[in-house]
Amino acid sequence: MRKKSLVYSLFFHVGILLLLFVLQFILPTYHHSSVSKIMVLASYAVAYNFLLGYTGLMSLGHAMFFAAGMYAAGLGIYYLELSALGGLLFGAGFTLVMSLIFGLFALRTSGVSFLIVTLMFGQTFYLSILYFNEFTFGQDGFSMAKHLGKLVIFNKEYLYSNPDIRYNFALILLTAYLLITTFIMFSPVGRILIAIRENESRTELLGYNVFYYKLFALVLSGTFSGIAGATHALLFSYVGTTFAEIHHSISPILWTLLGGAGTVIGPFIGTGIMFYLVDFISGITSNYQLVVGVVLILMIIWFPMGIMGTLRQKWMKWLP
Amino acid sequence: MSSWINENGPLLFLALLDGTVTAFVLALIALGLSLVFGVMRIVNIAHGEFFMLGAVFSWFAFDLTNDPLWGFLLALVIAPALVGGIAVFTDRFILRKVKYHPESTIVATIGLLYVIQSVTLMVFGPEARAVEAPLYFRIQFPWFGYSGYKLIVAGMSALCLLGVWLLMIRSKLGLYMRATQQDIEIAKTYGVPTQKIYAAVFALGGGLAALAGVLVVPIRQADHLMGLEPLLLSFIVVIIGGLGSIRGTIVAAFIIGISDGIISVFYEPTLAKMLATLFVAMVLVLKPSGLYGEEVA
Repeated sequence: MRKKSLVYSLFFHVGILLLLFVLQFILPTYHHSSVSKIMVLASYAVAYNFLLGYTGLMSLGHAMFFAAGMYAAGLGIYYLELSALGGLLFGAGFTLVMSLIFGLFALRTSGVSFLIVTLMFGQTFYLSILYFNEFTFGQDGFSMAKHLGKLVIFNKEYLYSNPDIRYNFALILLTAYLLITTFIMFSPVGRILIAIRENESRTELLGYNVFYYKLFALVLSGTFSGIAGATHALLFSYVGTTFAEIHHSISPILWTLLGGAGTVIGPFIGTGIMFYLVDFISGITSNYQLVVGVVLILMIIWFPMGIMGTLRQKWMKWLP
Repeated sequence: MSSWINENGPLLFLALLDGTVTAFVLALIALGLSLVFGVMRIVNIAHGEFFMLGAVFSWFAFDLTNDPLWGFLLALVIAPALVGGIAVFTDRFILRKVKYHPESTIVATIGLLYVIQSVTLMVFGPEARAVEAPLYFRIQFPWFGYSGYKLIVAGMSALCLLGVWLLMIRSKLGLYMRATQQDIEIAKTYGVPTQKIYAAVFALGGGLAALAGVLVVPIRQADHLMGLEPLLLSFIVVIIGGLGSIRGTIVAAFIIGISDGIISVFYEPTLAKMLATLFVAMVLVLKPSGLYGEEVA
């Protein structure tokens, strides 16, 4: 059974990724750039889902990790004159250390307290970006365009903001995240994380050190969010405080829940739907937050398992 | 030392005065959040929006009557009533539907926050609007004059806090609320209408926040984004005081309000907020029950 579902889900996810690869040759420019953006944001949501959907920990401060990766990469490139790849690695390393320290503190709490602790740490991080504005450029953020080198492939130079580079870079990131999540979920570690989500005290009783597994999930989720943030900085050449605001912590909750928490592909589906929904509404009114709010409320009342979660329950039992 | 006091004494006094006013208002907002958490065991992320609605309704009352005093008195009645109505509606059609599950209610109230904020934006507009104070007089200290209305705000907040306290210990509703808080199953078996108590508590919590909004709006302006900051501050207060403890909430409101006043006057407001949020995160991590709280799971 497990082997069969592994094969099925590999086909399913690889199929979606292949579709995304082919789409770049068909899509008109506007949607081409939208899908690039969706894939970077969806990577963030996939990272978030690792914690919420599989481990059962809801964080209200994940923008902190996204922004930490973004600022570490951006400021590293700006001040230390790192290369783009160097900035990416620096962002990854920074969020790794940060989520480890954060996890050691925050995981002493659980449930609602965990939510509020993450909210507070996230807010502290946001305020410190504003406070050290001489170093971080505060509210305005900064553009990276002048500081980024060029990417050399087969002796040809490309800008990081080149649409094709952007699309494929984002696709590689999303692919990596989806595959890593799938493999972890089919491994024993993944089963234990799900066991923690379902019943933490029973898992503990079985002799597993729940704290270490939760710390692993948090560090992985935080670091992946950070790498997504760093990638965002590279591909869109901008670093700003909007990505550290509380709204940016709430967005992945919405995307994940809409697509289906605890499904590998769900966060991507949710991100895509919300992105286009907001895009569509923005054409009618600038007040798209109303729609976000209504979707959140309706979903949590009638549709708590999300799109892929419902599909899995009804037809696709093998979906990881 | 004495030269420091001569130099900074008036400034310190001003910080203490401002801090006290902040503390009273904050206590009122946080008490609403604390009651809701204590009795219903849920966190209302839209609590700050109830405060904002109070301020916005107050502006409409002022606009309607075109008289600061009558507008203020009208707002004192309608703002808590309307917000209480919204709260009852929310309880009936949203919170009850998700069975008060802690994480679902958080997501649902985040949604509510967005809905309230954007509807206000549509009706009220994006700009900040000022409301005139109902009474205007200055109290002259040797070093500076101080707005008398601010002291009225503190006084009225104190009265409301006293009122809630009396309600909790003297009335039947308060008895029911405390029973529901202690053990909802046993309260039910003894015939406490817990469903109605939930609605009443949620309305009372929202009403208190709205009342604080009405009181505060002449000091600062009304705008549709003003809810986030008091939300975070009341989280801080409620957590430091201990989730669900009224006495702790009021004590913590004073600690936070006065230290916020002092740090904001002598240092930077951003730094004050940064330290406060970090402090509260550490309190939760190291002493999850807060200063006065009972042990909660």
